[in-house]
This record gives sequence, structure tokens and C-alpha cells, in this order.
Amino acid sequence: MTTGAKYTRQDFQTDQEVRWCPGCGDYTILASVQNFMAEMGVDKEKIVFVSGIGCASRFPYYMNTYGVHAIHGRAPAIASGIAVARPELSVWVVAGDGDAMSIGGNHLIHALRRNINLKILVFNNQIYGLTKGQYSPTSELGKRTKSSPSGSIDFPFNPVSLALGAEATFVARTIDMDRAHTTEILNRAYEHKGSAFVEIYQNCNVFNDKAFIALTGKEERDLNRIPLVHGEKVVFGPDRDRGVIIEGGTARIVSVADVGIDAIHVHDATAASAGPAYALSRLSHGPFGPTPIGVFRSVDRPVYEETLQQQIHDAQAKKGGGDLAALIASAGTWTVA
Amino acid sequence: MPERLLLTGNHAAAYGAMLSRAEVISAYPITPQTMIVELLSELTASGKLDATFITVESEHSAMAACVGASAAGARTYTATSGQGLALMHEMLHWAVGARLPVVLTNVSRAMAPGWSIWADQTDILSQRDVGWMMLFAESVQEAQDFIIWSYRVAEQVHLPAMVGMDAFILSHTAEPLIVHDQSAVDAYLPKFEPIYALDPEDPRAYGGLVNRDHYFELRYKIFEAMDRAGELLVAAGEEFGEVLGRRYAPLEGYLLDDAEYVIVSAGALTSNVRQAVRDARARGIKVGLLRLVAFRPFPVAAMRRILAGRRKVAVLDRNMGPGHSGIFAAEVRSALFGSSSAPEVFDYVVGLGGRDVRVETILEVLDDLITRDDPEMALFVGVKGLPIGPIRKEAEVLR
Ligand code: SF4
Repeated sequence: MTTGAKYTRQDFQTDQEVRWCPGCGDYTILASVQNFMAEMGVDKEKIVFVSGIGCASRFPYYMNTYGVHAIHGRAPAIASGIAVARPELSVWVVAGDGDAMSIGGNHLIHALRRNINLKILVFNNQIYGLTKGQYSPTSELGKRTKSSPSGSIDFPFNPVSLALGAEATFVARTIDMDRAHTTEILNRAYEHKGSAFVEIYQNCNVFNDKAFIALTGKEERDLNRIPLVHGEKVVFGPDRDRGVIIEGGTARIVSVADVGIDAIHVHDATAASAGPAYALSRLSHGPFGPTPIGVFRSVDRPVYEETLQQQIHDAQAKKGGGDLAALIASAGTWTVA
Repeated sequence: MPERLLLTGNHAAAYGAMLSRAEVISAYPITPQTMIVELLSELTASGKLDATFITVESEHSAMAACVGASAAGARTYTATSGQGLALMHEMLHWAVGARLPVVLTNVSRAMAPGWSIWADQTDILSQRDVGWMMLFAESVQEAQDFIIWSYRVAEQVHLPAMVGMDAFILSHTAEPLIVHDQSAVDAYLPKFEPIYALDPEDPRAYGGLVNRDHYFELRYKIFEAMDRAGELLVAAGEEFGEVLGRRYAPLEGYLLDDAEYVIVSAGALTSNVRQAVRDARARGIKVGLLRLVAFRPFPVAAMRRILAGRRKVAVLDRNMGPGHSGIFAAEVRSALFGSSSAPEVFDYVVGLGGRDVRVETILEVLDDLITRDDPEMALFVGVKGLPIGPIRKEAEVLR
């Protein structure tokens, strides 16, 4: 499928006027995705972007690929149908935190557990942007918005924990502004066989500006980003003198000097148990302090549509192709006088 | 003292819920309705409205929360639009079957795909048969008042009610609004008395299996209650006039006395029909307006009476029912069926997806009505490149 540098970013741009607010993180993500698509080299005609409702869901208009601007929350369900009917396509879902985790939470978890070959990008800005600033299922407790004037009392989702709990085989987190990292994660998601869940922290500069400042601010980012690298010790900080240990299933941030480097957790994204990845995901609940970034989990499990095809194939091998008309006319029919 | 404010239809709806002393409000944001629940959330937070506000993760859950709250004995309100109303569908049925007088405002917008957030009444009319009372507001004042009027009747017959208001044309347009005195509204709308509130002293099961033994009778009672709602709407509309200074009725006539031609419409576009009727009268055409205020229960008898003996009737449908006609026209034709002096009903499908229906558009419809002989099933107005007329079979039309 890959044929090298046959495309440039321009090949994936459309003639549509991009209508996000100036300064929105979505622009950066769009640029990263378009660039990556050019690198990926899959025929444009074999790529589908499916979205639901929300600011992020304008994405298909701006991708020169097939696209479906679908119903609020239903993108994973519609994409599942596409992927199962046409397994040769590269199917991408773009959803915001509201779309994916409020109204569409049900579809999201089932697409993940089935391991359908979907690449699900969740632009998490921790707010409802399109309807102009109400709290979302990832907004922090106490957040004051137009729908929560006294502060939100809904305990928020941790999207990475949610995906791990939903038996996702690939779970990662990246940040809109970090294009190199986003591209790397997109590539890993694409290479993964089965459903890939990618949380992208996305700044909504109009209704929830600086929500991710702890990870993007010049001063703060080196202090707070915990890079997850498969096979390496989880250390961070400008001097890499802080690290993570996992004890009794719980991850904790420590000073490397205090515990000694040998005690520091070695990240294994392919571990059979999702436990360590889950423990890492619990280090932060919303990006307000040290927060892991990178691939939490990447394991192999049979892909839904392949297993389904196999079942059909096996049944046909055993019983032949089948004849519907003959089946209807077979035993058990009768004539009404 | 009543207050006079300049407010949008959305904000007026929020005031309607506040004046009705809604006790539980549950909603999910959707354009163009969001301003209603935002204001209600503010009014609740500031203590102006003593209600519990539940934000949920979808419209289906919003209606589910309303169902629960209403069953528990609370006066319950929500607002939605288009796709949101469609997603509520299953729970809309539930509210009816459970006989819960929830009231909701639906800001009518077009259904997807072909995404559009503009005015179109197909969303609300798709809920025709769920068993909710349905009123259509024409003005900001009615966006508020119809909520109060709805609760009054809904709680007497134990059926839910929805108030339709057109997207943007009404939801986002500011008009002077009289916010009634709370004590006057309280005098009009007594406290909600549920039939069976959740009560540990008097435990009951809800939503049980009834099978073939009782289901039919339960449905019969719903039908009967909706029938009663027809008379009660009239009485409660009169009383609204006595207590709150504005009289409402399921049908509203305008310059009908000697009218040979009648235009039937519902919702915000009626204001343009009024103007068109005045303009046409100035040209000597005997035309009047009949506004459909209540769609469920449908005012069959009054409509038959009012339309009997007219020369021709034009129904304006900002909606459509493919395979048949516009939905209002189908209802009007059905109401007139069998009446010996019934005029022919011409159905004009207009303004789908928020396309403007101007005063001139309605005058063109009127000219067409006067000259056309065959009413066909439905006549389309304003399809690009086509004159007013029935659908054409040629493929080139929409390429
Ligand atoms: S509202 Fe926020 S998320 Fe939506 S386009 Fe504007 S900045 Fe971006």
C-alpha cells in the first residue's frame, strides 16, 4: 500500500474555508494529520474520516479524503460499519471530548473492546466549544461554565483510563502543539492492528484557554511532561531527576535520588496486563501537574473484522456458498389456501 | 407588577419555565436551543428559580431524567431541538405511557444529513404520534406563555406537552415580552399534583409488564385524555386571558369573516402571512389567515367549521412527509374529509432548512392558489430554478 513520497500536505487540503476560531488548537492538529497522511502514503481514495458533532467534527471538510460528518456521538458506530464492510480502508474517527465521551460514550467503549480497525482521535479541550462553553465530561470538578455557574459537580473522565478500562489494545496521549510527538503517535496508531485510541490535548482558546498550560507553557512543560518510552525508565523533569515507581498497583512520583534508579518503573507498553498502564494513567486526572504523554499500551489482539471474515470463510468452506432462494423454499414452508 | 423586557424567544422560554416554577430541569446543549438552558441554569444558580438543574450527557438522558423527576412528583421542564428531539424519541413515548406531564420547548431546526441548524418543522412533526400535546408559538410572548398554558392542561390530563418555536426566526429574535407577575401565574397554575408520586408510605411499581391484558385499555385512556385536552385547552386559554391578560385558543383567525381564500400556517412564519393578507386585502383579494396554534390535540371540529364554504385553502408547510404531502396539509385535509362544504386544500411546501419565506413569497403563493385548478399532493415553493408547482420527475432538476 505504501508507495513512498507520492503526496505532499497540499494533496490533503481542501477548498473549504477552515472555520475554527483563530488560534484554535484544531489548526495544528489538522496540519499534523495532513502531513502525516502524506507521509503515510496510503491512497487518498482509501482513507475515510468520520466525525460526529462539535468543533473537532468539522475535520472531514478539511481533509481531501472520503469523509462523513455524522450524528452527535455516533461516529465510532458509523465508522465500525464502514470498517467492517470495507476492511481494506484506513478509517479514522475524529471526535471531541463531548462527542466521544458524553453522548457517544457507549459507542466508543464498544468499538474499543471489539478491536475494530479504527483510529480514534479524541480532541480533548475539556469544554463544549461549538455550543459556546458548557462543561464537558472531562472538565475538572468545580469548573464554572454557563451550564455550571456554581461549579461543576460531575466527576470527570480520565480518557486514557476509560480507554484502558474498555479493553482498548492501543492507547496514547499527545498534545496539539507538539507536532513531532503528534506525528509519532499518529504513526504508531496507524501501524497498530485494531482500534487505536489517541487522546489529543487541544487548546480551545475561546472557551477554555490555557487548560493545558502545565504541559505547554515554556516554564512548566519540562517540569510536568512525563514521557512514556517503551522499554525505558519513566523519568522526567529538566534534569530527569524525578521518576515514577509502581507499588501495589499504584503509581507514584518520586525523586530518583531518594529511591535509586533501579526502583524506577520501566515502561512496557506491550505488557500482558493493562494494570501498569492504568496505574500510569492515574498519575494525573486532568493535566494540572505532572502528566504522562506517549503510548500507554499497544498490544496485539485479533481484529474484529478479520475474525468475522474468517468465520464467514470457514462456514462457506464447510457448507458451500449458500443459496438463499433454495433455503426459503426448503422444508417448513406451507401454502395458505 | 408585570415587567416589560426586550428578550429573545429562547430567553422568553426560560422565563416561561421560571414563571411556571419548574422544579427539575434537565437538558443537554444543542444549537439553537442552548440559550434557554443556559439562562435557566443561571436563574437556578442565582436563586431566582428554586429548581434542581441536572446536566446530562445526551438528550435521551435529559428526557429520562425528566421522566424520573416527574414520576417523583416534580414539575419538570427541558428544551431541545432537531436531532436532540429525535434522540429523545424513545423517552417521549415513555413520558406519555407513564402519564407524566413534562413540558419541553423544541426549537425547530432542520434534520440531518445535509447538516443545517435553520428553521424547519419536520423535527417536531416527526413526533406527531407519540401522544404529546403540541403547541406552536408565533411570538416571543407565546414562547413564554405557551409553557404556562401547557402545564395547566398537561397536569389536568396527565399528558406531556411540547411548545414549538422556529429556530433563529423566533429563538434568536428579540421582541418586547411581558413577564407576568409571579403571583398571577401562581393563581393560574396551581401546584402539580401527581397521580402517583413516589412515596415510601404508599409504594407502587412503575412501568410493569401488562401484556395483552391491559395494554389496550392503557392506550385507550391516553387517547381519551388527549381528547379531553382539546376542551381543556380552550378553557385554559380563556382563563389565561382573564388571569394573565392574553387569551389563547387552539386556532386563531385573522380577517376571516368574508374570506374566500384562507391561508393556514403555524409558527413564526405566520407573522409574514398576516402582512401578506393585509397587502392582498389592499388589492381587493378576500383572503384571511387561520393559524394552527395547537397541533395536538388537533382542533378538528373548529377547523371544519371555520373552513366550511371557503373557496380555496392554502396550507403552508415548513416541513414535509415524503410519499404523501406536507404534514399540516395532510392533517387539514383529513380534518375536512367528508364535509360537504369543504374547500379544496392546496399544500405549499416552503422554507425548508430555513430558506426565507418573505411576504412576497406568500403573495406569490396566493396568486398561485387563485389560478391553480389541480391541488396535487404537494406544491413546492422556492426550489432553485423551479416555479411553484408539484415535483417534477425529470432528473435534471437537482443536479
Ligand atoms: S470554540 Fe474552541 S474548540 Fe471550537 S473552534 Fe473555537 S477555539 Fe476551537
